[in-house]
Amino acid sequence: MVLPSVLVPLADGKSLLTAPADASVTVQWLLDFVAGNYPALSRRLRDETGAVRRFVNIYVGGQEIRRLHGLATEVAPGQEILIIQSVAGG
Amino acid sequence: MATADSYLLAIGTKKGLWLATSPDRRNWSLSGPHFLMSEIPSIGIDTRDGRTRILVGVRSEHWGPTVFHSDDLGDTWNEPENGAIRFPADTDAALERVWQIYPDAASRPGVVWAGCEPISVWKSTDGGEHFELNRGLWDHPHRGEWGAGYGGAAAHSIVVNPDGANVHVAMSTGGVYRSLDGGTSWEPRNKGISAYFNPDPYPEFGQCVHKIAADAAVDGRLYAQNHHGVYRSDDNAESWESIAEGLPADFGFVMLTHPRRAGTAWVIPLKADGERIPPGGKLAVHRTEDAGASWTRLDEGLPAAEFNSVLRDAACVDTADPSGVYFGTRGGSVYASADEGDHFNEVASHLPDVLCVRAAVVTGAPAAGEQQAAAATVPA
Repeated sequence: MVLPSVLVPLADGKSLLTAPADASVTVQWLLDFVAGNYPALSRRLRDETGAVRRFVNIYVGGQEIRRLHGLATEVAPGQEILIIQSVAGG
Repeated sequence: MATADSYLLAIGTKKGLWLATSPDRRNWSLSGPHFLMSEIPSIGIDTRDGRTRILVGVRSEHWGPTVFHSDDLGDTWNEPENGAIRFPADTDAALERVWQIYPDAASRPGVVWAGCEPISVWKSTDGGEHFELNRGLWDHPHRGEWGAGYGGAAAHSIVVNPDGANVHVAMSTGGVYRSLDGGTSWEPRNKGISAYFNPDPYPEFGQCVHKIAADAAVDGRLYAQNHHGVYRSDDNAESWESIAEGLPADFGFVMLTHPRRAGTAWVIPLKADGERIPPGGKLAVHRTEDAGASWTRLDEGLPAAEFNSVLRDAACVDTADPSGVYFGTRGGSVYASADEGDHFNEVASHLPDVLCVRAAVVTGAPAAGEQQAAAATVPA
């Protein structure tokens, strides 16, 4: 999981997080894995209901997961997912 | 380094937090921004237990809301790993914004209340590090009929009486709710308050109250600034009567009361719902010293022309004698008075929209203004 620089301090300074998986996992599984290790980071990505925050985009294979299968989108072993904040604000 | 009786003014804006300190409430040093690019809709300064804790509601458009606290006047900021305020799973709700952080009385150390969006009240017993949802209000049968004001649906005012039994909450839109059992059960208390925008102008609830405050010296006396209408209750919110006569307008967001003196309150009128500017473009604070029977216009030191409004929590008083009065505008100007509003001086200008201000007397602590501007952002 590749983090934007603004979130790196919440992951002990790491911009790349890895999760052990022998087979495909879902984005939700990955986010849950992150939540277990970095709860403050997790709260920036999802709210209490588990929903991905409105202006947080998660890309798998170059596609934003809202255009795939949402949190059920599968991630293959070795595949990167990108966390990118929306262009938003004023 | 300031060591005694410094004044701390925390300024929450649309794009970060600024901290100002002063030895005399006339000359101010400003530090910030903290949490740059996050809005700061709420601040609580807790001076109980011999330390000064600044609590701030922080909300990033990208990364969501949270609560940070600092025990070193903004040098460092902390938040609980799992968040100070989290809706329990069974509510299927998520925190949108922390609108109010209210440290309770000195006799109840550690107790801090929070009012949030969606409409909810929370209570902490550990100084604001972890809050518990008030289930009585959350499960209230009226919930489905409460609405959202333009800024969202939130509990924005919390007032607790000295013995802790009576708790009043104001919400937009829903009106004033009262608990006589410390927050276990709640009933609407809006008799006499107009909801002119409703087919029934005097409903049991549904009023758009903008702010309530308690008279510190008269038990059971409350004041309310409504969406048109300024009111006082002398019977613990059983009934309300208008005290708007003598004001240039009955619209506004601010309601402040004196920390000790009976009958003294301040409002900052805006012309009307449809014209949310100071009447005539001339910004002024209005003070009553007789519980609303008469009002005195206070504008010395304020600009000749000002068309920005002042939001509900963008005004406060401190506990010094005489009491300080502070407010900030949506145009980013912040003003302070060291003499209860008789004279104002500018603390800051050209900041982002001011959403909230809170002031406190800080004794025996280094002044935040002497520190370098902190670089804290929401994710940090």
